[in-house]
Amino acid sequence: MKNKHELVCINCPLSCGIELTEEDGEILEISGADCKVGLKYAEEEFRDPRRTVSTTVKVEGGVLPLLPVVSASPIPKSLVTEAVRVLAKVALKAPVADGQVVYRDILGTGVDIVSSRRLEAETTAG
Amino acid sequence: MSGARKPQCVVVGAGPAGLGAALAAREAGLRDVMLVERDFELGGILPQCIHDGFGSMVFGQVLTGPQYAQRYIDRVEKAGVEVKLNTMVLEMAPDRRMTLVNSREGIYDIEPASIVLAMGCRERTRHQVMIPGYRPAGVICAGAAQRDINIDGLMPGRRVVILGSGDIGLIMARRFTLEGAEVEGVYELMDHPGGLTRNVVQCLHDYDIPLHLSHTVAFIHGRKRVEAVTVAAVDGNLKPIKESERLVPCDALVLSVGLIPENELSKQAGVELDPVTSGPVVDERMETSVEGIFACGNVVSVFDLVDWVTRTAETAGRAAAEYVLEGRKRGAVVRVNPGRNVKFVVPQVVGSLDRGADFYFRVEHPERAVRAMVLAGGGEVYSRKAKMVRPPEMVHAGIDAVAGSGKVLDVTVEVVEEEGGASKKKKRGRR
Repeated sequence: MKNKHELVCINCPLSCGIELTEEDGEILEISGADCKVGLKYAEEEFRDPRRTVSTTVKVEGGVLPLLPVVSASPIPKSLVTEAVRVLAKVALKAPVADGQVVYRDILGTGVDIVSSRRLEAETTAG
Repeated sequence: MSGARKPQCVVVGAGPAGLGAALAAREAGLRDVMLVERDFELGGILPQCIHDGFGSMVFGQVLTGPQYAQRYIDRVEKAGVEVKLNTMVLEMAPDRRMTLVNSREGIYDIEPASIVLAMGCRERTRHQVMIPGYRPAGVICAGAAQRDINIDGLMPGRRVVILGSGDIGLIMARRFTLEGAEVEGVYELMDHPGGLTRNVVQCLHDYDIPLHLSHTVAFIHGRKRVEAVTVAAVDGNLKPIKESERLVPCDALVLSVGLIPENELSKQAGVELDPVTSGPVVDERMETSVEGIFACGNVVSVFDLVDWVTRTAETAGRAAAEYVLEGRKRGAVVRVNPGRNVKFVVPQVVGSLDRGADFYFRVEHPERAVRAMVLAGGGEVYSRKAKMVRPPEMVHAGIDAVAGSGKVLDVTVEVVEEEGGASKKKKRGRR
């Protein structure tokens, strides 16, 4: 039986409405995307949906108590909440460089979590 | 006043607009550019926007807010811009004299040759949308909640109701959920979401957070702390329907009900403001009505994408440099007319189109299969098909240099229905 799935591409602000037609898991047609990214997104969203994870981790001795971190590439959507939980237990020491690896291979996805800014250590001098 | 310092350009605010403008002014040849920021670090609101989705146009890459800011911070630091952190502008006069204050230098005056306004915007509060009820703790704007959670590590609530479906509200629905709070739902007064569709999808649908369109918060309960809110469907006049009222227990009400350009300083300097955008009236070089004062980013009009903020900042920074190095070139300007299904256009006035221009506008209502057009002197100078236009999504029309248009007679920006040959012929006939 043919099934139609309506998806919204989340890769850019155009937010293309995409229609994916499949039969028994075989993709027959993808329409409505304005660019190739949309086609790829629709296929992946149907077979293996992924999301970029962004959250914060604790930092000791920094100018701020938290460091924003992000996954170096998207991870399976079903693992996002668990990944955030794992990262909630991480604590680093300042200073931290932009792009520094904060957590390797999150939940066995092969994806590293990296710092998304530079965070200086707190100095006592004014 | 001869003792006052005279920088070539002072940029007020070091968010994406200020960073972009200061960098552009420096790269366009100014030696002495001063960037004034009241916070303790550069970046503006970007450091708290830890989600991704920034920079696809400017960098061709999807970045988080802090990553986007970091790239500009690194460039600004290398470029030799004088950065004044923890420094606030107290006053700004029409002759560009400014009074600054910080804890090291005290209160002092400067006399910059040019100014770029880049103060961004602020959130609309409960009082501006007039929500009835008590005044307990726990009513908080979405951006403030974002700062609490992402910068300071504080949780503003455990059971949350969100009013308004602006992008920050949608993003905070996801953020609260990931941080362990329960988001009961997002309530939106209008019959369509206020934010980008991609945010509705990846912030609400992904986490099964309900979006209630044509709904509002009719009452806030709780003497000391929010205890509950009454939500209700609204009728055609956006008035709550009594019979539909429902009590939702919660300990925080998060508001995402709009942003307003921050123009207190602009008013002091006598800059003309546009009542529709609440920002300065600017020309195609982002110069305001006051000579030598330029503006860019969300202080001009609230943009949905930081990439547009950066683009306007680059235009303003370059124009400020040109003004200082070559003198004023602005002559007579004409108004840009917002045409069919166009709510407003930035720039609001145009002096010349001989170097091209960027027009940014919002539509009044959603529409499918349309064509965005810019007409100048009766001729079509820009035309692009669009599958869909929606009020939350700014439309950009970047037009090339129009030869011999040193003096523009009239400019109209409009959205027309995309049709077959018939309408095209009609348009040609109008030239």
